[in-house]
Amino acid sequence: MTRATDRKPGFLRRFDPAVLTAFGCIILLLVLGSFYSRAFLSPDYLLQQLKVASFLGVIATGMMLVILLGQIDLSVPWTVATGAMMACAAAAYGPVGVALAIPFGILCGVAIGLVNGIGVAYLRIPSMIVTLATNAVAQGVMVVYTGGFSPQDSATAAMRYLAAGALIPGIPNVVFIWAIIGAAMVFVLGRTGFGRAVYGIGNRERAAYLSGINTRRIVMIAFAVSGGLSAFGGALLAGYASKAAQSMGDAYLLPAIAAVVLGGTSILGGRGSYLGTVAGVILITLLQSILSVMQMPEAGRQIIYGLVIVLMLLLYGRAPASR
Amino acid sequence: MESAAPLFRMEGISKRYGGVRALEKADLSIRAGAIHAILGENGAGKSTLIKVMAGVVAPDEGQMTLDGRAVEFASPAAANDAGIVCVFQELSLIPELSVADNIIISNPPTRFGMIDRKAQRRLAEEALARAGAADIHPLALVKDLPLSRRQMVEIAKALARKPRILILDEATSALTAADVSKVFAVLKRLRSEGLALLYISHRMNEIAELADDCTVFRNGSKVASYPAGSKSDEEVIEMMIGREYHNVYPPKPDRRPHATPVLEVRDLSWADRLHDISFSLHAGEIVGLGGLDGQGQRDLLLALFGVLRGLRGTVLVDGKPVDIGSPAQAREQGIGMALIPEDRKTEGLMLPMTVRDNLSFAALDRLTRGGIIDSAREDDFIDRMMTLLAIKAGSLDAPVGALSGGNQQKVVIAKWLMRQPRIILLNDPTRGIDVGTKQEIYLLLRRLADEGAAILFYSTDYAELIGCCDRVLVLYDGAVKRELAGAEITEHALIASALNIGSGETVQQGAAL
Amino acid sequence: MKDWQYRLAEHRGTLTALFIFVVMFVIYTANHPAGFTANVVQTAANKGVLLAFVAMAQTLVVITAGIDLSIGMIFLLTNCLASWLVVGTPLETAFGVVVVLAVGALCGAINGAIVIYGRLQPIVATIATGAVYFGIALLLRPFPGGSVNENLADALTGRMFGSVPASLVALAAVVLLVWVPFSRSVYGRAAYAAGSSETAAYMSGMPIRRGKFLAYTLAGFVAAIGGLFLTFFTYTGDAAYASGNAYTLFSIAAVVLGGVSLFGGKGSAIGAVFGALAFRTIGDLLFVFDLDPLWQPLFQGLILLVAVSLGAFALFRVRNRLEWFL
Repeated sequence: MTRATDRKPGFLRRFDPAVLTAFGCIILLLVLGSFYSRAFLSPDYLLQQLKVASFLGVIATGMMLVILLGQIDLSVPWTVATGAMMACAAAAYGPVGVALAIPFGILCGVAIGLVNGIGVAYLRIPSMIVTLATNAVAQGVMVVYTGGFSPQDSATAAMRYLAAGALIPGIPNVVFIWAIIGAAMVFVLGRTGFGRAVYGIGNRERAAYLSGINTRRIVMIAFAVSGGLSAFGGALLAGYASKAAQSMGDAYLLPAIAAVVLGGTSILGGRGSYLGTVAGVILITLLQSILSVMQMPEAGRQIIYGLVIVLMLLLYGRAPASR
Repeated sequence: MESAAPLFRMEGISKRYGGVRALEKADLSIRAGAIHAILGENGAGKSTLIKVMAGVVAPDEGQMTLDGRAVEFASPAAANDAGIVCVFQELSLIPELSVADNIIISNPPTRFGMIDRKAQRRLAEEALARAGAADIHPLALVKDLPLSRRQMVEIAKALARKPRILILDEATSALTAADVSKVFAVLKRLRSEGLALLYISHRMNEIAELADDCTVFRNGSKVASYPAGSKSDEEVIEMMIGREYHNVYPPKPDRRPHATPVLEVRDLSWADRLHDISFSLHAGEIVGLGGLDGQGQRDLLLALFGVLRGLRGTVLVDGKPVDIGSPAQAREQGIGMALIPEDRKTEGLMLPMTVRDNLSFAALDRLTRGGIIDSAREDDFIDRMMTLLAIKAGSLDAPVGALSGGNQQKVVIAKWLMRQPRIILLNDPTRGIDVGTKQEIYLLLRRLADEGAAILFYSTDYAELIGCCDRVLVLYDGAVKRELAGAEITEHALIASALNIGSGETVQQGAAL
Repeated sequence: MKDWQYRLAEHRGTLTALFIFVVMFVIYTANHPAGFTANVVQTAANKGVLLAFVAMAQTLVVITAGIDLSIGMIFLLTNCLASWLVVGTPLETAFGVVVVLAVGALCGAINGAIVIYGRLQPIVATIATGAVYFGIALLLRPFPGGSVNENLADALTGRMFGSVPASLVALAAVVLLVWVPFSRSVYGRAAYAAGSSETAAYMSGMPIRRGKFLAYTLAGFVAAIGGLFLTFFTYTGDAAYASGNAYTLFSIAAVVLGGVSLFGGKGSAIGAVFGALAFRTIGDLLFVFDLDPLWQPLFQGLILLVAVSLGAFALFRVRNRLEWFL
């Protein structure tokens, strides 16, 4: 006899129109691209895209956690840069420094995230403005540290291996890293008390608080994780380019937000699946890449990029009509 | 009662929301210069009926006639233009704007395209005076006013539109007793001026005082219309619930309380809302909080649950003093408190989340090992709760927002029962719930008490306090005015202490509660 | 409470911003080698006015509980357009100005249409439209260049009556002719109401959609005025992404400093203007105290962080923790 509580099969439960549309658009893009050139469907190209997408994927994972809470993290640009620069900086301090470079970079990101988290959760400052401020402070600190010049330290061998190497020939390491981080996030969101609480807080923090959840601590932790992931993304980027660069994180903020939202996560919080974020990240990366291969000038790329986001959101991101 | 042509009629009005039929061929007939009361359970269609009349929603079928002419309202503004104005339960005030701005919110006087603030203020002051609320300052921000004052502003706002038909939807539920008598005087005056008033309320004594005509709704259609006073209360209730009305309260056991109270409160004070409250609660008891609305009952429950800061006084659990600083602490093993909050939609549930997720939400720490949720255990707990409370939900994976009010409240209660709390606080748990579910909740509470829980329960319904509670603490102005036990709990005693009258004095007839 | 107490409470945010700005500016001019001269005021005004316009534009959107992340890009777009059109004979120049302002309003209107009628969340919608507007700006000016009618530019960036900076006069004029009539009109009040409580505003029969739409359109219009002024100062059109981004983000900072609530329904563009001027003065203060310009971004960030944290002190007075949650 079936119990009242029997669950629906897993895949049926995940039937989310937004995720399906996102994957549908990815296929559409590939098909359209293939009309331009057959190379778009080659495994080499697809793997390359997956590799490029992985950096954005790591960053977007943290952003998704914050957006699920109904908040936003605008400190991504300089947290990425800080993670990169601090990891490279640590590398200059002998073998201990080299070994601890990546953790040190991540730690700096976590510190920025903690400041964000305390501001949002304990001081009740709107996340938009707190993260904006910490972004500015992080920029300020990095400008002072580098003296305004390009950072001179290079990335460690470990960073380069993680970002550009391939344990299994043909499949870049960074794709595995994204996969591991993604799997961890799926597990946390779906199978832990923390994840359940995140959705609850994003839906209605008041009710979560009155249910006895320590909502403030969870929000703080989420921002710390987001900061750590952004910094890790920065360290990986530095590994890929062998060094850090000023303003290297600027190009990742808006795409991270767009990827999360296009993947069906509601910007108001409480709703969204990680699979959607994966789709969103791949979609954005593909779009940027196709436009670049077509040698579309930057102007055209920006316009198409913006139009695609608006059109897709009009498809499935609309708020319900009143009345 | 002269048979004048009705001012307003609704015929065959239907409205469906998805699969739910809110109104099914509803009829109504309203005449000028009379107060018409609408009675019915929650879910009977009263709110939808008003929303159709006020232009907030459009009916799927049916016709409305005003002065004999067919009318259709595309928006609340259109209904207002036709002279139909609705006083909502403070849903229509803009918190960040001033009282004057809110009263003259549509069609304000303008000069050169800008709002003429002086003229607006004068009009607002007139409307406030007409509503009997001349003590409210027109420049005060609505968000800084207490609920009772906001309701008065809402009434003034409706009057400022010079309505022909005024609809009041539970308009007195948030008012203090003094304000209620003022509002009644205003309503009677408006009636003599020729206005038609539509009054929706659960409170039989209010309706007895005010109404000329009554209509009972059930399941979205009209059951009967009759002149006020021509039917007894039992007959009316039977029409409302559609079955015979029995006494629904479980029997109260004759039991001696345990020696040590589970919860003891000494001289508890907070801000200027709670003053030196002292009482004790024993296992197996159901203690009620009575008194008029807004006398500190809700604040007391929040205080016990750790939500309020700056408490003075002592709270003891099992004889030991505790300092509860958050709901997380209150629900912990050593203390074991649970609070069923005031507003289930914004404080008790996450409406878009599934029934399953909502049910396990308050017990996540019990259902996880090392942070990871034990699904089998979770399913087991949920299964037990669903059976215990007989929650009717199509699927556990459907959003809890799709459930009826009664079932939603059961989910809130089930959520807390998963923790097997020792002290259960309930903040007006049966408000807005159908009679059937209410009975189930009363039985459940008595069962929980028999099993050893200590229950503290605030209700705005005297019948509930009389029927369920072993003892009642009546609060007035944040202090315990009287404690009634056992047979002492009568409607007379409750009302008298609520109004701060000694037990020997007579209750004034006009003081509606 | 008396009338004047209510009015004071109503304008508290704006007055606080004004106070902060005045204090900072006084410190600045007191320590400036040239002191409080017309030149110093003019330079400061010219720098501050640009952000002030963008901040005013952002306020219009924020009061409706929205946010416009494309405002910096509208600013750039109108700058680049102006570098093409606002040239030549007085008639041509005037025509150019009109077209530039109309384009700005159009950009704002598109934002408004997508948010209100498309029912998309403002934050994401304006990220996307910002990309589109930047792309168009880049089409107009792939490389910095162009020119502007120099007579007009000098007149509006110079001084009037010998000592008052013309840019400040223009700013005041825009406040008086655009902000005040809008905020006090029925549509303006509908915009505030929509930001405070959209359901209540709807139930009260207010013209919410028209009010919000007008707010977004005027925001684009005011941003265009800012773009025009940028052209007047630099004599060129430059589609600099970093600059546009910075203006967008700083406009949010200015708005918050000016006492406008990011949740909507409360605040005045006048406060945001003072917030913008105060924000700009931070950089000037560093210069005047001979601090290494390298430290400027850090100080700006720290001051911003401290300023927004100050509001948290109100938390200590909260007695019911439920008030932490909306």
